[in-house]
Amino acid sequence: MKAAALLPPLFAFLLSPLLLGVINRTKAAFAGRNGQPLLQSYYDLWKLLHKGAVYSRTTSWVFRAGPLVGLAAVMVATMLVPLGDLPALVAFPGDLVLFAYLLGLMRFFTVIAALDTGSSFEGMGASREVLFSALAEPALLIALAAVARRAGSYSLTDIGARLSTESWLQIAPVLALVGVALVVVMLAENARIPVDDPNTHLELTMIHEVMVLDHSGPDFAYILYGAALKLWLLGALVLSVLVPSSGGNLWLNLAMALGGMFGLALGVGIVESVMARLRLLVVPQLLVGAGALATVAMILVLR
Amino acid sequence: MNLLLLSLGILLASGLAALLLGRRGRDPSWLAAAGVVAGAVLGCIPAFRVVLGGTVTSLRLNWAVPYGEFHVELDALSAWFLIPILVLSAVAAVYGTEYLAKWRNQKSLGPSWFFFNMLVTSMALVVLARNAVLFLVAWEVMALASFFLVTFEDEREDVREAGWFYLVAAHLGTAFLLAFFLIAARETGSTDFNQWATAGTWAPGTAGLLFVLAVIGFGTKAGFMPFHVWLPEAHPAAPSHVSAVMSGVMIKTGIYGLFRALTFLGPPPIWWGWVLIGLGLSSGILGVLFALAQHDLKRLLAYHSVENIGIIALGMGMGLVGINAHAPTLVLLGFGGALLHVVNHALFKGLLFLGTGSVLHGAGTREIDHLGGLLKRMPWTGVTFLAGAVAISGLPPLNGFVSELLIFLGAYEGITGPDVTAAVAGLAAMGGLALIGGLAAACFTKAFGIVFLGEPRSEHAAQAHESGAAMRWPMVFLAAACAGIGLFAPAVVRGLTPVLAQLAGGSPAFAPSALTAASHVLSQVVIATLCLGALILLLALLRRWLLSGRSVTTAVTWDCGYAQPTARMQYTASSFAQPLTRLFHGVLRTHERVNKPQGLFPPGASVATDTPDFSHGNLYRPAFLKLNWALSKFRWLQHGKVQLYVLYIALTLLLLLVWKLR
Repeated sequence: MKAAALLPPLFAFLLSPLLLGVINRTKAAFAGRNGQPLLQSYYDLWKLLHKGAVYSRTTSWVFRAGPLVGLAAVMVATMLVPLGDLPALVAFPGDLVLFAYLLGLMRFFTVIAALDTGSSFEGMGASREVLFSALAEPALLIALAAVARRAGSYSLTDIGARLSTESWLQIAPVLALVGVALVVVMLAENARIPVDDPNTHLELTMIHEVMVLDHSGPDFAYILYGAALKLWLLGALVLSVLVPSSGGNLWLNLAMALGGMFGLALGVGIVESVMARLRLLVVPQLLVGAGALATVAMILVLR
Repeated sequence: MNLLLLSLGILLASGLAALLLGRRGRDPSWLAAAGVVAGAVLGCIPAFRVVLGGTVTSLRLNWAVPYGEFHVELDALSAWFLIPILVLSAVAAVYGTEYLAKWRNQKSLGPSWFFFNMLVTSMALVVLARNAVLFLVAWEVMALASFFLVTFEDEREDVREAGWFYLVAAHLGTAFLLAFFLIAARETGSTDFNQWATAGTWAPGTAGLLFVLAVIGFGTKAGFMPFHVWLPEAHPAAPSHVSAVMSGVMIKTGIYGLFRALTFLGPPPIWWGWVLIGLGLSSGILGVLFALAQHDLKRLLAYHSVENIGIIALGMGMGLVGINAHAPTLVLLGFGGALLHVVNHALFKGLLFLGTGSVLHGAGTREIDHLGGLLKRMPWTGVTFLAGAVAISGLPPLNGFVSELLIFLGAYEGITGPDVTAAVAGLAAMGGLALIGGLAAACFTKAFGIVFLGEPRSEHAAQAHESGAAMRWPMVFLAAACAGIGLFAPAVVRGLTPVLAQLAGGSPAFAPSALTAASHVLSQVVIATLCLGALILLLALLRRWLLSGRSVTTAVTWDCGYAQPTARMQYTASSFAQPLTRLFHGVLRTHERVNKPQGLFPPGASVATDTPDFSHGNLYRPAFLKLNWALSKFRWLQHGKVQLYVLYIALTLLLLLVWKLR
């Protein structure tokens, strides 16, 4: 039991950069390219960790603290999230609030580190980030509330474990709505298309990437790794709602969970290949829409 | 009780002494502040004793006022509010000694300190009083003392106007309270709170009426939207240590009043809970939205007080719904979260106002868009302001997260419970709180980021200097208190038991086990906090090890190859908030005056934004203009001729005589 609980954080720490590789390969396949190696994110991290650093003269200690607090916060959050049927390392009622607010802490420090550079580009990214996340947060918590009511518990692990195939037979619309809302939140929080395009190199249109323009070397490695972890965690959250728990067998669970994670990455890659990024003015509508879907799911559950 | 009376005595005596000694050129600050600190220490001893479960003490003295009695009592509820009042006042008084020093040669500081000490005394008396007349007297002294404190810089017209505004708002609120107490006294034939509490049953209509009067009367002081209009006017006008006390604890006397009223209004019907949840949502969400649109740091903080009062109201409303739904956990977590947020908000809002005062002191302006880069010039203010900003955004590991987590836990408890009403209440509170949290983080990344980070946007900001020790240490103390409550959250939450027992103990919906469960959750949170700290340290060491021996250089911020970046090209508070104000234009109605660049060689362009208060402009202003118009019809009565006035008096007396003889 205890050993199995170590697996979700372990997989998150080891495999999260691989998700980016899968997404990129999917996009390459759609575009008819060979694409970068699957392990490119690991090479990037390794390279960055071995570089020196350049800091802006404008910045203060806040700029250097940003990546530290961000990565530490998301690493702590990793302890709270189950992977498929594997329970999280730490589970208690209300851990989903702590999870959401740890991501909030990460965002807070990323944003003030961006503002510390005094660059208008980074200010722009920061401003968009806080707007979109403020709208994504209610959607996330309400969506989780709907499944929490069904599960009769408000701990992430319990929610994941108590949604069985039977729940899908009984309340499929609720789970589908929650799933859609969570996927939108996942895409927005991780700066993926249709909210943000991680590939663009035009500062004016970016959100997350533009906030970290001035980071370099190990700091940037921390940020990239933190972003990969965040993608993994929100993906695992989507998975725990969408994939019903299957019961006992550890190996089967593991295979389903990992298959689900990389399937999700495949899905993100497909979305990025077939969709364009939305105009920034339309993004709030998408997020409010996700919140509305989550509320509808909640009302359906209330009956 | 003796210690408490001694404490009040010292507060009054030191205020009087400061008034007598403080003529122009002489500084009575240390005397008055020492009095406040001594009074606070002495008063906190019995208050802590009661909060930790000690016996309730009371004192009754005869008083020559009709229907009045000097009846004071220190029970758990009073003590819970008394502690933040005394602590924050003491800290603010120490801060004030340095903050007021620059006016030493311009005006006499004696009256200001006298009213400060009066304000502290009256706030203490408000939470102690058990007699309606005594309560109203203390309430009125509190309003007047704070009015004179707000108008400290009475040579400035905007300050006089703000003071006037505040005075009218405070008295309108008091009018509702007067009605509240009169009706309650008529129904029970007594003016004693304890008799009301034991009187038992009210006619259902009366209890509802009393509740509405209490919500409006106390809500005006607390700052529920839409009764909040005085906050964004009065807080910026007052000296910063006064703003800290007013925003941190004085508005909480409104919350205290509401809690106290609930103790004697009998079993609450469910609509009371919905009213408070509704007010909480409107205050919380609109408060933080208006805060986002502000450029004046103190106005921004004032709107955040509205937001935090909203969070407190959400907790209270959830508790009331819980009582009706027989969901004891909901009651405890809702009321508990609200009560803890009262203390937490006192700490971090006090801290933020003191930090703003320090900015005003060091850089000479509160205009966010004129500041920038202050963290390097004012390191202490910057770090403590950051702590306050993280705390008020409700982020772990500081105290704001603890109280918001309690309300979240209550909400989820309601959502997962069997009762549908409780689930709807929980959903409303949870969704509102999540939105408020996200927007508050947006607002405080803006406030901290634009003011303290980047490059200075003006000459003032470039030449800013750090404040002295008497202003620094109070901020450090408050920041440490915010962290302390975060770290010792499980113990603090267990400390809520006596006051919650007092509030909900009578009803069957009281089960202390819920608090134990909550403190277990919080101990997990504390462990997470410790892990977070350890990880930050590890990652920092790793980075230092990786960077040792490699090239670490400094350069300009990445500027896209543009050769001449200036500080004016930075994002400003207005541009940072613009997407949000655009999105919520329906409620905010931000005025934009844009002078766009035109032609091939544009000579100059400008943009100015302004977000006036919605309910001020659309509700109160028209109403008061109508009132003014109606009353001006009676102007013919007033000629300024004394003989006529004497005639009026004589006629009135005659009429009264006839009426009596009739």
